[in-house]
Amino acid sequence: MKKFINKTDDILKESLSGFATAHADLVSLHLEPNFLTRKTKAQNKVAIISGGGSGHEPLHAGYIGNGMLDAACPGHVFTSPTPDQMLAAAESVYADKGILFIVKNYAGDVMNFEMAAEMLPFEHATVLTSDDCAVINSTYTTGRRGVAGTVIVEKCVGSLAESGADLQSCKTLGDKVNQRTASIGVALTSCTVPAAGRPTFDISETELEMGVGIHGEPGRKRESMREADEIVIEMAEAILADFKAKDLSLNQQEALLLVNGFGATPQMELYLIYHAATKLFTAHGITISRALVGNYVTALEMAGASITLCLLDDEIKRHWDSPVHTSALRWGV
Amino acid sequence: MKTSHIINAAQAIQQAILNNESTLESLDREIGDGDHFINMKRGANTIVEMQAELATLTPDAALNKIGMKLLSTIGGASGPLLASFFMSMGKTLKENGDDSQLKIAAAFAAGVQAIIQRGKADIGEKTMLDVLIPVSNQLVLLAAQNCETQKICTSLTSVAEAGMLSTKNLIATKGRAAGLGERAIGHIDPGAKSCQLMVEAVCKRILLEA
Repeated sequence: MKKFINKTDDILKESLSGFATAHADLVSLHLEPNFLTRKTKAQNKVAIISGGGSGHEPLHAGYIGNGMLDAACPGHVFTSPTPDQMLAAAESVYADKGILFIVKNYAGDVMNFEMAAEMLPFEHATVLTSDDCAVINSTYTTGRRGVAGTVIVEKCVGSLAESGADLQSCKTLGDKVNQRTASIGVALTSCTVPAAGRPTFDISETELEMGVGIHGEPGRKRESMREADEIVIEMAEAILADFKAKDLSLNQQEALLLVNGFGATPQMELYLIYHAATKLFTAHGITISRALVGNYVTALEMAGASITLCLLDDEIKRHWDSPVHTSALRWGV
Repeated sequence: MKTSHIINAAQAIQQAILNNESTLESLDREIGDGDHFINMKRGANTIVEMQAELATLTPDAALNKIGMKLLSTIGGASGPLLASFFMSMGKTLKENGDDSQLKIAAAFAAGVQAIIQRGKADIGEKTMLDVLIPVSNQLVLLAAQNCETQKICTSLTSVAEAGMLSTKNLIATKGRAAGLGERAIGHIDPGAKSCQLMVEAVCKRILLEA
């Protein structure tokens, strides 16, 4: 393992401290329990809190700021944060209109946020993101994972909350965006959890892992490496099939296309994927009218990328376009 | 039941976890995300570090304290699940007393029930419950028959082993491995393995004391 580390146990604290210092105009860091909040507390709005394991940066702390999150709770690498963090964050950012948790659908995240919600002295609601269409959904299983589409949910809900909307409206919009968003990821290499010290999975030069989540956990299947266009076709087909299964019409549909890097794939390749995906979706009658390309939900230093398609309507488009001022997303300010 | 039993058990669990680093890590790399051993180690070390504080408490209060501490220490899925187990076991001992094998067995069963509720999982889903449910059932059964401690411990050790091995041929429907479908077959669930190790370690420790 070759990483920029002093002591493995200190990675999180040192990285959070660096983040908070670099973005001191936007965020404040609170330690033990660990959480980050906006520098200036928002007044009289629904407070939006997210969180999850570390290693997915800029998710979630990178999305704290005007127009998006009020607070984020970082756990250890790939490990959900604990309820005391969510409770402390909620106490700190509560602004008289309730608390909305945005939680990626992973068993650990769900349970820790659930226990926090049970102990919360405020009105609250939770939006569970589950955009990963690589996982076949079922009432009897943990179900689809929340992955890169979470950023779109956080952006839109954050925008609505900023306008003074109530808790239920924020939850309803979050659920709608999640329902209209589908993602699928592919990995070319594994990643190494610092405390484990070796790659999570072995993968050869001639293989790829289709349908990965964002933790280097194995995906849907192992396939042989091939040309980018062919890989993108398989990913796009999974996304299109997912919308069909949900009975969402795609013809003349406007959409946001997010091509997300997992940490070690250059922008150059991400744009190549974007080019291929746009052609494919356009051929299906979809108009890609919004784009986001870059590292937004990562898995440490994994090489690979995910494609996310979000079907826009006027409401989602308005909240996507509204001003946002965070360290990782910034426009209109 | 004495609090010293709980502290001794915690030490035994810590040793068992530390001794099985490579096993737990490789199982979690196969069908998880590689953090299970680290989280279990962090939890076990934290509990052993607070043994002086635990020693001043009654058994039910010590179990509750352990649960609260694990809840804020482990994270992931194991954190809330193990925390629910200890808090519920402590609560049940507090309500019903701890002066018989049957009462202790019932408290253990209440702890396992709390895991079932929190995780919304059951036996056969390739999780820690494939070890804990059979162990809990066997413990209650043998305690009700007034079995001697030695026999209970020997029996629970083998029930735990069988439960752990049973996860190998299951498809995961709960937890991180649920995304793998049939690819999870052939791999033992890391959470089931760590629970089996804990049951085995505690039983061994009790046999040693007896």
